[in-house]
Amino acid sequence: MAFASKSPWVIHYDGSSCNGCDIEVLATLCPGFDGERFGVINTGNPKHADIFLVTGSVNEQNIDVVREIYDQMIEPKVVIACGICACSGGVFHDCYNVMGGVDKAIPVDIYAPGCAIRPETLIDAIVQAVGILDEKSAAMREAKKGA
Amino acid sequence: MDPLMTIIVTLIGTVIFAILAPVVGCLLAGLDRKISARMQGRVGPPLLQPYYDVRKLFEKENVSVNGTEHTYIICALIFAFIAGGMFYSGGNLLLVTFIITLSSLFFIIAAYSSRSPYSEIGAARETLQVMSYEPMVLFMAVGFFLATGTFNVSGVLTMDMPIICSIWLVFLGLMFILTIKLRKSPFDLSMSHHAHQEIVRGMTTEMSGPTLGMVEILHWCENVLFLGWIGMFFVWGNPWTILIGVAAALIAYFLEIWIDNNFARVKWQFMLKSAWIVALVAAGINLSFLVFL
Repeated sequence: MAFASKSPWVIHYDGSSCNGCDIEVLATLCPGFDGERFGVINTGNPKHADIFLVTGSVNEQNIDVVREIYDQMIEPKVVIACGICACSGGVFHDCYNVMGGVDKAIPVDIYAPGCAIRPETLIDAIVQAVGILDEKSAAMREAKKGA
Repeated sequence: MDPLMTIIVTLIGTVIFAILAPVVGCLLAGLDRKISARMQGRVGPPLLQPYYDVRKLFEKENVSVNGTEHTYIICALIFAFIAGGMFYSGGNLLLVTFIITLSSLFFIIAAYSSRSPYSEIGAARETLQVMSYEPMVLFMAVGFFLATGTFNVSGVLTMDMPIICSIWLVFLGLMFILTIKLRKSPFDLSMSHHAHQEIVRGMTTEMSGPTLGMVEILHWCENVLFLGWIGMFFVWGNPWTILIGVAAALIAYFLEIWIDNNFARVKWQFMLKSAWIVALVAAGINLSFLVFL
């Protein structure tokens, strides 16, 4: 049995978002939706987190930060691009300072579009993310057995 | 009891404690999260959520900033097992308090070993917490000796009445520092259950995966031991009174959850001052009555 899906701890990073998606991300984690029912905890520490929620597009200023947080997270881990800016750059995609979606910096597992992202979309994305977490966890166990 | 017998009893107690305490501690932690959620108007996680969390942490990759960190945590865990085993098999209370402090010291060293500024702040605050509660813990052991005439925990079973009758002020002092020991707000300075984004995640900042899982198990075992200290005050001659002790421990735990949810975190200065004042006044009056009257 995989336990990764039973306690998905998330970390939230605001890349260059207009704060619309951040407000929705935090609303999703607030007592109203009570993410803790499913074991979701909003950690502030990449080393404790399983799911990386990124909002906003990637630019020269934050690409290193996004990569650093991703590198500090411990396998198995899943990245969710929250909102259309994080998915593809959105309306800012051809700005001179915007490099594009989060996938320009790190591998993204789930794209959750929306401007701003709706809590329902985000919950749906987290549900899909825990499935991927379980798969990655099982793969890690197989690799350990093989080694 | 001859020394060999004592060693064997303590070893058996340690093994049984190492198996049972994490189970009981895990259920208590689950209950804590459930009750806290209800107090905040939420549904809360399933009762077994702490178990799921720890199982997940053990599934994660084993990475650490400093390889020795893992060793220190294992030492802390082993000493917590020994302290718990010694206490619940009726061993020497004074030694139990020293061994559990040794366990805390290993945890502090583990936090310092990563050299991260956040975990160093956490370790410094944990050191202050140890400084705050340690006098009261020692007074508890001394008070226990004055009340029963022995340091052996099994001594309460020979009493005519529970020791709370003679050292109730010491009990109140112990209740005060229990909040520090159980890592509950307003005294959760070094490692909080709730504030994951704040600096108070301190000690565990650099710990992850299996190491963090072991820290969680360590915390459960400590909780079971400290609640045992509370229960000890209500046990006397008849073994059935152990049930009263268990009930008292559960009420104390509920009270701690209530305090946790209703009080904001204080500064370390207040914690240190208030803990020492409470210890010196409560235990001082109680112990001087027992010694001089």
